[in-house]
Amino acid sequence: MNFTSESSGKRIPCFRVLDDNGYPIAGSIFEQVNKEVAVRMYSGMVTLQIMDTILYETQRQGRISFYLTSTGEEAINLASAAALSPDDVVLPQYREPGVLLWRGFTLQEFANQCFGNKADYGKGRQMPIHYGSQKHNYFTVSSPIATQLPQAAGVAYSLKMDKKDACVVTYMGDGGTSEGDFHAALNFAAVMEVPVIFICRNNGWAISTPITEQFRSDGVVVRGQAYGIRSIRVDGNDALAVYNSVRTARQTAINEQRPILIEALTYRVGHHSTSDDSTKYRAVDEIEHWKTAQNPVSRFRKWVQGNGWWTDEDESEFRSNIRKQLMEAIQLAARKEKPPIANLFTDVYEENPPNLVEQERSLGETIKKHPQDYPSDVPL
Amino acid sequence: MSAILRKIIAPGGIPAWGIRVIASRTYSSSAGGKEMTVRDALNSALDEEMSADPSVLLMGEEVGEYQGAYKVSKGLLDKYGPKRVIDTPITEAGFTGMAVGAAYHGLRPVVEFMTFNFSMQAIDHIINSAAKSNYMSSGQISVPIVFRGPNGAAAGVGAQHSQCYAAWYASCPGLKVLVPYNSEDARGLLKAAIRDPDPVVFLENELLYGESFPISAEALDSSFCLPIGKAKIEREGKDVTIVAFSKMVGYALQAAEILAKEGVSAEVINLRSIRPLDRATINTSVRKTNRLVTVEEGFPQHGVGAEICASIVEESFEYLDAPVERITGADVPMPYAANLERMAVPQVEDIVRAAKRTCYRSVPVAVNA
Repeated sequence: MNFTSESSGKRIPCFRVLDDNGYPIAGSIFEQVNKEVAVRMYSGMVTLQIMDTILYETQRQGRISFYLTSTGEEAINLASAAALSPDDVVLPQYREPGVLLWRGFTLQEFANQCFGNKADYGKGRQMPIHYGSQKHNYFTVSSPIATQLPQAAGVAYSLKMDKKDACVVTYMGDGGTSEGDFHAALNFAAVMEVPVIFICRNNGWAISTPITEQFRSDGVVVRGQAYGIRSIRVDGNDALAVYNSVRTARQTAINEQRPILIEALTYRVGHHSTSDDSTKYRAVDEIEHWKTAQNPVSRFRKWVQGNGWWTDEDESEFRSNIRKQLMEAIQLAARKEKPPIANLFTDVYEENPPNLVEQERSLGETIKKHPQDYPSDVPL
Repeated sequence: MSAILRKIIAPGGIPAWGIRVIASRTYSSSAGGKEMTVRDALNSALDEEMSADPSVLLMGEEVGEYQGAYKVSKGLLDKYGPKRVIDTPITEAGFTGMAVGAAYHGLRPVVEFMTFNFSMQAIDHIINSAAKSNYMSSGQISVPIVFRGPNGAAAGVGAQHSQCYAAWYASCPGLKVLVPYNSEDARGLLKAAIRDPDPVVFLENELLYGESFPISAEALDSSFCLPIGKAKIEREGKDVTIVAFSKMVGYALQAAEILAKEGVSAEVINLRSIRPLDRATINTSVRKTNRLVTVEEGFPQHGVGAEICASIVEESFEYLDAPVERITGADVPMPYAANLERMAVPQVEDIVRAAKRTCYRSVPVAVNA
């Protein structure tokens, strides 16, 4: 009688291409990335960094109500996006705006959503950072954790029925793997044999819960086999490793019509969100270490510059350019009109029900009767 | 029995108004006497909609090989194959989330809950992923999904298998909530639900599955569809309005028969839809009869009757000649023992007594063992 041990003793190894200094590790096998893709990935990572810094400050100044950064996870964001095709459907958690950035969402569009103005594609209905864009195949961010996982299995089922040359990519954090939906989603995806890539950003923290208190397994990668899913553990701060693993996962998922699990190890450098102060539950030098010595952006920069594709001048010029663009976008977004009152009532159903039509009419009449009580900067 | 035309002759020999008494649950005099069980009505509706639209799928526990836990999906696996009739693993949260995702991307899933009690394990996906998505995504993500299954009390199944979810789901903007009573309702409303672009919660009743009702040739046609949000006046009357849904419509009609013998003419309204609630039909009826009794099997607090009562008070207060009476299930988790269960759900006598109270013919509220 042999009980299988609760742990295999050895941790699952982690796939890496670049060492901490941005040099390819001797003997590592990887698909090369050309200059165009590399520079686009790198500049995307820098843009995400700057966007996070400035929009975070904007919340601190009271100009937007909420913000959530992806600091420390830029490589996962941009490299995974670069490995996908525009037809692949993305169901994010909320720490993946870099994927939307890669696909062409502009700084102005990000700012509009955060300010909830008239130009926001979400018609002012969602909190900041809950981006969504049908034309970029990026499903609107939904706050409850891990609900996007079984949904992703469902979208993948739909792609499978249409025999599309595309897959679904869905993201979650380490904390999200504790939700019941994680279990149901992976089990379903395996049983239904659908083309979905589950990317877990294991960044060490779920608000204040460290991974030591989140699970007792060897991270997330070991769970894949329990569901019959092919899995890999990857250095999430190594842009080339992330790129390579997602490329291969995509091919496998589509050609073999099966799900894949990728655990990308990384670190959440920022606070959970603007509602959190992580220095209350973790050491400041731990944060500093990952911010500097283990920074995925500078690591990839070393490789890109090493290939002669980027210079220090390019860096400072690019950074000041993006900063300027973003500041302008924010000024514009802040000045833009708020969404019209009509947006309060539409889209509850496909067609406005009679009770809402009546309420809108009644509200319009009240506003006409008491114009002095209605804010002048809010359009009807 | 057949349709009877009766004239009430007021003193002076002048007919006041005519009342046509239609007895349901018997052979209709209209069509050629065809009858259909609710189960077959639902099965035929699913079959026709799956045949007409290849993006319609059925998924849930036991829907395929087992032919459905209550045989509602009998024959569908053989006809449409395992890609469109999907036997799911046991995870309501899982298959509901998955179905919503499929709906996000253009499929039209029909999700079966073995009973709506189990839908509580998936309720986050029903509300947060389905109901609110069209609004939160500003129309980019529409969710043409139907959640169906037996709801409310059955017989001897205890607390965790007997709760009615009409009030809970109907309080949520973004959902539509339908409650068929007879076979015509079942066919017409399920077809409408599947064709509807919004998420629909379709509350069936286990005890009604096996009941046979007359069905017209029109209702048997594959293009038949009932409008969502319109109640049906099952029996016209002039003294008191009784509003009910699902199984309680049958009880209300029985109560109306008993009341008629005692000279009280009850108008019975079959809601068919809890959200949108057909306030216009209910108010028009109460303005005619001046009295209202609502009937439901669910818990009393914050129930469907409470909403109807509020609607009447807001819109037709001056027309009321008596306070509104709510007949509901007892405010206890459903007991198992048959005698206790009987006391925990409305019986026909309760409806009769309530109607009489509104007509100032109160009877001692005796407890019938």
